[in-house]
Amino acid sequence: MSSIGTGYDLSASQFSPDGRVFQVEYAMKAVENSGTAIGLRGKDGVVFGVEKIVTSKLYEPGANKRIFNIDKHVGMSVAGLIADARQLVDIARRESANYRSQYGVSIPLNYLNDRVSMYMHAHTLYSAVRPFGCSIIMGSFDPQEGPNMFMIDPSGVSYGFHGCATGKAKQSAKTEIEKLKLSTMTCKELVKEAARIIYLVHDELKDKNFEMELSWVCEETKGKHERVPESLYLEAEKSAKQAMEAESDSDTEDM
Amino acid sequence: MAMMNDSRPHYPDYSTAGAVQHSFNPYADNGGSVVAIAGDDFAVIGADTRLSTGFAIYTRNQKKLFKLTDKTILGCAGCWCDTLTLTRILNARMQMYEQEHNKTMSTTACSQMLSTMLYYKRFFPYYISNVLVGLDTEGKGCVYSYDPIGHCERSTYRAGGSAGALLQPLLDNQVGFKNMQGDAFEKVTKERAIAILKDVFISAAERDIYTGDSIVINLITKDGITEETFPLRKD
Amino acid sequence: MYNGVDQFTAKPFWHNGPAPGAIYNFPGTKTHGTNGSQRSQTPITTATSIVAMKFNGGVIIAGDILGSYGSLARFRNCPRVLKVNDNIILGAGGDYGDYQYVKDVIEQKIVDEECLDDGFKIKPKSMYCWLTRVMYNRRSKFDPFWNTFVVGGLQDGVPFLGSVDKLGTAFEDNAICTGYGAYMALPILRSALEANPSPTEEEARALIHKCMEVLFYRDARSFPKYQVAVINKDGTDIQGPLEIQQNWNLAHMIN
Repeated sequence: MSSIGTGYDLSASQFSPDGRVFQVEYAMKAVENSGTAIGLRGKDGVVFGVEKIVTSKLYEPGANKRIFNIDKHVGMSVAGLIADARQLVDIARRESANYRSQYGVSIPLNYLNDRVSMYMHAHTLYSAVRPFGCSIIMGSFDPQEGPNMFMIDPSGVSYGFHGCATGKAKQSAKTEIEKLKLSTMTCKELVKEAARIIYLVHDELKDKNFEMELSWVCEETKGKHERVPESLYLEAEKSAKQAMEAESDSDTEDM
Repeated sequence: MAMMNDSRPHYPDYSTAGAVQHSFNPYADNGGSVVAIAGDDFAVIGADTRLSTGFAIYTRNQKKLFKLTDKTILGCAGCWCDTLTLTRILNARMQMYEQEHNKTMSTTACSQMLSTMLYYKRFFPYYISNVLVGLDTEGKGCVYSYDPIGHCERSTYRAGGSAGALLQPLLDNQVGFKNMQGDAFEKVTKERAIAILKDVFISAAERDIYTGDSIVINLITKDGITEETFPLRKD
Repeated sequence: MYNGVDQFTAKPFWHNGPAPGAIYNFPGTKTHGTNGSQRSQTPITTATSIVAMKFNGGVIIAGDILGSYGSLARFRNCPRVLKVNDNIILGAGGDYGDYQYVKDVIEQKIVDEECLDDGFKIKPKSMYCWLTRVMYNRRSKFDPFWNTFVVGGLQDGVPFLGSVDKLGTAFEDNAICTGYGAYMALPILRSALEANPSPTEEEARALIHKCMEVLFYRDARSFPKYQVAVINKDGTDIQGPLEIQQNWNLAHMIN
């Protein structure tokens, strides 16, 4: 990178002459090294899918999860440095608890998104701190408001999404997501799509082992964010694997 | 997120100045009596199982004896919420001692620690009548009794709690042989001690409404602790 | 904006540094007042007795739904039996505002527990012990929660029933009544349990109904509508408001 050694990449509190904050860009690089996380917003809820790369066979299965419950009605999936992400999870939980203790109702997702974005952004302003090396996707479902989903970058910038992806294979995941008619699909269908995309974008050659995490917050769960039931998980995983095989068959035919 | 520990969440938007009043009474008298008698090679302690407030009985089967070690037992009567707190902290301290010193605490050490713990709350005391019994390092039975702010005295017999003032003179007569003519007074045996203990509780249950239902008796000897219960009148 | 004065809001980045969401708080602009504080020395809106007992395989807790303002029957729909989770039920008497506050804290505890996502659920004895500590700590600050709580539940399948008052006085028993119930309902339950130490759920329900009836006729702060929480091996159930059929035919004989 040409910016290295120019002296403008040592602090988050200084711009480079061409108007960039390198520390933030490096943080985004940290996100790109992590397993892919996707979020799909359908007509009746939000589905999260995460490719959690397992770097050692010695780890317990199910350790270091990348999907979190924030409140009853909010879920979060993360990509990037897991320790940084956990701090954001903690902040988001506090914000939700605080909102509930003041107003007696669940926190609206756009407000939670504002607060967490602000927190992440605040870490890009001072020389004494380092930006968060992670991107987060938050989703919720409300019977009145419908589904909602936001993704926040290490810079603190956030957007609402119908479908989003972050991490290693975000490009190919986005290409796949764009093919879906998200606003007409139910969460049941989206769970299968999420599983398929996670399996599809996983790079067998570079990362051997991975665990797929799937969660949803939708009408069927009565607006609660939870991991998809085991039966649905297995079904989605099975059809994802079948889709992979079908694809590789058609690949060989082409050749 | 533990909201309760330090303070409630503070929202400056809502804060108003207010006056401080002190009409709330943080203590309750939950009654109960404890009697302990020690001999040369044993110690016995009994406590009734009635937990009450005013004219209401909370429960008829509340144990008030707390085993601290295999050789030490504490009996508590008075403010029950303080008893719960004190015994819980005491148990933690016992465990800390054991882990730091790799041995269980002696009865004498327990007695001193309890005194210190009580005195540290000198200006907001635990309102408890404590009686600690056990075998000392020589294997002799001992009884320690306390006032709520940590004064500690070693003796061989003691009655404490709501019927304490009623029973102590009876023990003076039956165990201590005080103010008696004659010369050959026999030392009390375990059997005699337990019999006296039951008798004095029967008497207390007749006169004291805060003592009754049943008693739990713990006997400490070099072989360990045995427990028995004995019914009292329930009215 | 907040200055990190409570546990929910994020702490400043460093000592006296900017806090996220409060980046315009300059040193010396602390808003936390040091005035005297108002303490709950007397209950305001109060609820009367709670009646509870164990039965064979479960626990039942009942309380009417009146919120009294002194001698005024002020609020006629104040539910005060609560399902904490699948193995804990709770009833509360005393100040209704304090109860609502503690209830919010408990509900947040349950959300926090679900966020941990380890499948663990708090059991009745732990809940009871925690409440004891909360009540004792508050009384030690001369700022008590003016309540008596009755905790019921199944501790690994075994019925549990315990009570905690505003001082932190805590005990367990097979039948517990608070307020005037301690004088008028508890003797009924105790003699019934003496005759039949292990009643069925139906027998327990009938007994509790009888007690609520007696209390309605004699306790001037009671109400003919009450709720019942029952816990058994099939789970937790809150019923009501159930009605007490009144009969004042006897009244014409008294003048």
